[in-house]
Amino acid sequence: MIAWKRCTRMAASTKSPAHRDAAVGAPLPHDSAHLHVTGRASYTDDLPEPRRLLHLAVGMSTVPHARLAAIDLSEVRSSPGVVDVCLADDITGENNCGPIVADDPIFAVDEVMYAGQSIFAVAALTVDAARKAARRAKIEYDELDAILDPLTAVDRKSFVLPSETMVRGDPKAALAAAPHRVSRRIYVGGQDQFYLEGHVAMAIPQDDNCLLIYSSTQHPDEVQALVAHATNRRASDVTVICRRMGGAFGGKESQAALIACVAAVASDKTRRPCKLRLDRDDDMIMTGKRHDFVIDYDVGFDDTGRILGIDFEMASRCGMSADLSGPVNDRAMFSCDNAYFLENVRILSHRCKTNTVSNTAFRGFGGPQGMFGIEYAIEDIARQLGKDPLDVRRRNFYGKTDRNVTHYQQTVEDNIIDEIFDQLLASSDYESRRAEISAFNKNSAILKRGIAITPVKFGISFTNTLLNQAGALVHVYKDGTVQLNHGGTEMGQGLYIKVAQVVADEFQIDLERIRIMATDTCKVPNASATAASSGADMNGMAAKKAAGKIRRRMTEFAARHFSVPEADIEWKNNGVRAGDTELSFTEFVQLAWANRVPLSATGFYKTPKINYDRSTFSGRPFFYFAYGAAVTEVVVDTLTGENRTLRVDILHDCGRSLNPAVDLGQIEGGYVQGLGWLTTEELVWNDRGQLATHAPSTYKIPTCSDLAPDFRVEIMQSVANTEDTIYRSKAVGEPPLMLALSAFHAIRDAIASDTNPMPDLRAPATPESILNALGTDAA
Amino acid sequence: MTDRTTVRFVLDGEIVEIRDVDPTRTVLQYLREDLGRKGSKEGCAEGDCGACTVVIAELVDGDRVGVRAINSCIQFLPTLDGKELITVESLSPEDELHPAQDAMIQNHGSQCGFCTPGFVMSMYALYETNGNPGRREIDDALAGNLCRCTGYRPIIAAVTRMYAAARPASPERAQLLSKLKNEASLRIEHKGRQFFAPQDVDELASLVKRYPDATILAGGTDIGLWVTKQHRELDTVIYTGRVAKLQTVAVTESHIDIGAAAILSDAVPTLVQHYPGLDEMFRRFASPPIRNAGTLGGNIANGSPIGDSMAALMVLDTSLVLRRGDVEREILLQDFYHDYMVNDLQTGEFLLRIKVPLPTGDAIVRSHKWSKRFDQDISAVCTAYRLQLDDNVVVSFRMACGGLAATVRSAANTEAAVNGKQWNEATINSACQALAMDFSPITDMRASADIRLRATQNLLRRFYAETLDDRLETVYTYGR
Repeated sequence: MIAWKRCTRMAASTKSPAHRDAAVGAPLPHDSAHLHVTGRASYTDDLPEPRRLLHLAVGMSTVPHARLAAIDLSEVRSSPGVVDVCLADDITGENNCGPIVADDPIFAVDEVMYAGQSIFAVAALTVDAARKAARRAKIEYDELDAILDPLTAVDRKSFVLPSETMVRGDPKAALAAAPHRVSRRIYVGGQDQFYLEGHVAMAIPQDDNCLLIYSSTQHPDEVQALVAHATNRRASDVTVICRRMGGAFGGKESQAALIACVAAVASDKTRRPCKLRLDRDDDMIMTGKRHDFVIDYDVGFDDTGRILGIDFEMASRCGMSADLSGPVNDRAMFSCDNAYFLENVRILSHRCKTNTVSNTAFRGFGGPQGMFGIEYAIEDIARQLGKDPLDVRRRNFYGKTDRNVTHYQQTVEDNIIDEIFDQLLASSDYESRRAEISAFNKNSAILKRGIAITPVKFGISFTNTLLNQAGALVHVYKDGTVQLNHGGTEMGQGLYIKVAQVVADEFQIDLERIRIMATDTCKVPNASATAASSGADMNGMAAKKAAGKIRRRMTEFAARHFSVPEADIEWKNNGVRAGDTELSFTEFVQLAWANRVPLSATGFYKTPKINYDRSTFSGRPFFYFAYGAAVTEVVVDTLTGENRTLRVDILHDCGRSLNPAVDLGQIEGGYVQGLGWLTTEELVWNDRGQLATHAPSTYKIPTCSDLAPDFRVEIMQSVANTEDTIYRSKAVGEPPLMLALSAFHAIRDAIASDTNPMPDLRAPATPESILNALGTDAA
Repeated sequence: MTDRTTVRFVLDGEIVEIRDVDPTRTVLQYLREDLGRKGSKEGCAEGDCGACTVVIAELVDGDRVGVRAINSCIQFLPTLDGKELITVESLSPEDELHPAQDAMIQNHGSQCGFCTPGFVMSMYALYETNGNPGRREIDDALAGNLCRCTGYRPIIAAVTRMYAAARPASPERAQLLSKLKNEASLRIEHKGRQFFAPQDVDELASLVKRYPDATILAGGTDIGLWVTKQHRELDTVIYTGRVAKLQTVAVTESHIDIGAAAILSDAVPTLVQHYPGLDEMFRRFASPPIRNAGTLGGNIANGSPIGDSMAALMVLDTSLVLRRGDVEREILLQDFYHDYMVNDLQTGEFLLRIKVPLPTGDAIVRSHKWSKRFDQDISAVCTAYRLQLDDNVVVSFRMACGGLAATVRSAANTEAAVNGKQWNEATINSACQALAMDFSPITDMRASADIRLRATQNLLRRFYAETLDDRLETVYTYGR
């Protein structure tokens, strides 16, 4: 046989029990790494299938907007292997899977609002049979006028939610008085999450009309609630479980509900277990993506490049329903300062209703688009003044003691962007490389290089304050092992291992003793989505509190039992010392159990300090900010528009990292995902309103060769979070994605020339986009 | 000799025999649904993401065992006949890990883990075939595997470091594989559908003549999608992959002779050896798992207007040998395509061999691929040129383009604008004007019509620049 090296499950396992290193702060592998590499990690579609399971496929609208004149499913029903079909009429409860506004039907009724909208589901004996049958539907449409882009929606005042305005200072007057001014319209594309595991859910009928759902979801609680509503059940009758997702990136925050609701409705109708796993194309056509934005800005500034006043008008493609578009667009408004003090600013945000798929969460959640606007403006200011954009950036950074209040009235108390820039500029050798690049470009007609440094300041917390709560449930068993449950979900980001590290240190035990459990609505109720980068902050704290409760009880017990002061009880090295008595953790647990000490506890955490009034767009929406910066150098072929990153230097702030290996992975992966958003990943809708890029053959996320040959990423050392977060760490899920803005501006730097100093480059910067920006005279 | 009706292959050291198999059941469906081996994942079911990657071992040149990674999601089960299937589960039947797996753990190469089994299998294939890959080779080897989480840095690190561990003993594969050697042809009937895997050309010819409506299956990298995406039912399939004589790549005195069923991974090195200017295009042609299954003959016979090989083969005056029954005929590739997906093949006729003339004189041959992404993308435009100069006067200029019309075809006006002229910027400018007469491209998801044409003109300009400076770099070679 092929052979063989002993499995080293975790680095920590080799440590001798006499000395236990802290788990928190250690660069431990992902808790499932050994399962990932052997193919033994079970994703939802890998779970053992119950007997009599039916497989589902969804019949979708092929037109963007129409009255449903007739639905003939006779050939679907008679297709081989088909058991049943489900339409809107088969929904016993509410026909809705919208997370905030009830405007997202599970199955269309009377009218379809986008090409890809679900109309019916077919249940069959095999996946193949279901998918073949779904194609045999005969649906007649009376087509209606369709709005296919955000600008048309603005013209026609077609919005999913009212437009919002934030104002600080007197931007109009500041703009009028400014010595220099630039205005332009910029475009930034959307992005498909392209999680490798597509959407999937399996519904299994349980005793007394209860329902068990296995769902690939970032938000089991919401799936539970929406399935309960759709099937006329109480929340307590629905259980939702997710052990892991094969990626999510926001795409399984609200969108998983549709898939689970379809499975639940079909299961109720057929009284059999039902599974819906979307084919990749259907997944991309049917489910929401990052919003594309059109941003008009008008900026006034002085000779030094300092911004005096700025006006943003943003229009985003929300699609046919509200979904999460409200908070996404709010965050775009919050993020349009990035790291810069905007004294006089107005932001007008339109949430455009279009006859396209309803857009949703994607890592950054509006933040990337907001930052795209201000970074473009900063670059234009520099180019108009003939300055290095670096200098204009520094000129506008938030101050530490003054110029430190955001446009939504939150004081920036933890600003370290200057320190990050100083360190990164030195380590990346920015100045001399810029000079060398200029010299190169003078002598190179076709290939041009460019370089840019961009900052990130990203607010951490759900902007809807009530969502900032989390729960955990910890059990200690008589054999000295621990089960860890919390409301956060694992999508690859390493949340489970980070929280386990926290609990291991709380009990001073090895990680091997901790069994990390699937996220399960039975264990922790009412959990918020694992989103907004807040998973480790909130669930880590909740789990620490749960474990801390048990530890507290055991400590109190030991003080009584051994008649020693609590101060003389020490937890260390998989055991406890109580005065002169030393016990292993297992012995101690058994003793506590025998003395009837409760060994199970819940923990609850709510993020402190935050307080935000949406009606005035002011207050403190964010507990703290995470910071970072990146320098990217690119080479562009000015004949073909093809481009490539050559070198990337990143310095990113994770506070005191809970797990530097996991955090490094988030930073690197976030950057490359952002690079895809801004370069190769292009969503194209045809003039019939159909998504033309709905598979990896046509939608191009980065591959291995797109990683810069010189890629240097560092975590900012020894900067504790100024706020009292879990071990003073910082959230890291979303912020690094926006570091890739440096790549976009490096491309723009490369193609800027004396005759075209401010090229009109649209994102994504595909070869086509770059050729357009270069203009015809470049050829 | 009577035909066999059983598909036989090796899995985990055992010979597996399957009867009554659905001929278009994919290897991935078989693994996940029939065997419950859930390690291989479905990410796209079209051979573009690599989550389903498995490795095939087979005897080559008699007794040597060759291994190659393929996409199990579009490979039909009967095509495994005579081969060994190696899946992620095969690498660690006990609690012990292959160095590729261990290196992925130690270097934090997995996050969500869904793509990981596929990466591990591509790494395993690389491990078995290349002892010390550089970054370019690693990029090439992993071009067919998408990861959405890591950004690839830790995976590249894992590949580099997997060689540090002690090399595991290679399992004995040749002996079992040799037991599968069988001269009989394979013939499967399943619910009124048929699958033939003939052993020799004559038998193939008679089958194709007898079943003129049959689907001729080679690598299945396109036909696989007819089944997984279009849900077509193929009544009769004739598989060319067991016809040894169709898989040869030979160099004669006048030409490179490529069997219609030779996989791209076998055909390309010889082509690039003789025409180094085609290296970048072929490097960007699909991905290793696709090139390990797909054939040059399939690319040509399928005749997609965005097929990457045909522009280059056209400017080289490649000819095709076609066969119908006992009759062979030869046709220039240039004359083979009539219209969108319509070619010169007659009923009952099939592609036998591809004849690529060897280089003559000091002609410059190049091909450019233009797409959104470097690796594993479909061309928006693909161009190829063959230029023969005499004292800077153009003796002969050939140019062909894909992605600009209903078929890949020559740029006749452009060629005319260049032939006989001085090879200079003025000539190139008039050639660019002529390109606009040659092609009226369309807008689709890959590029819009006007940019397609402009890019093509610029690619021609780039070719001109490359002829003046053979060290001129592309963004893909720069800084590497």
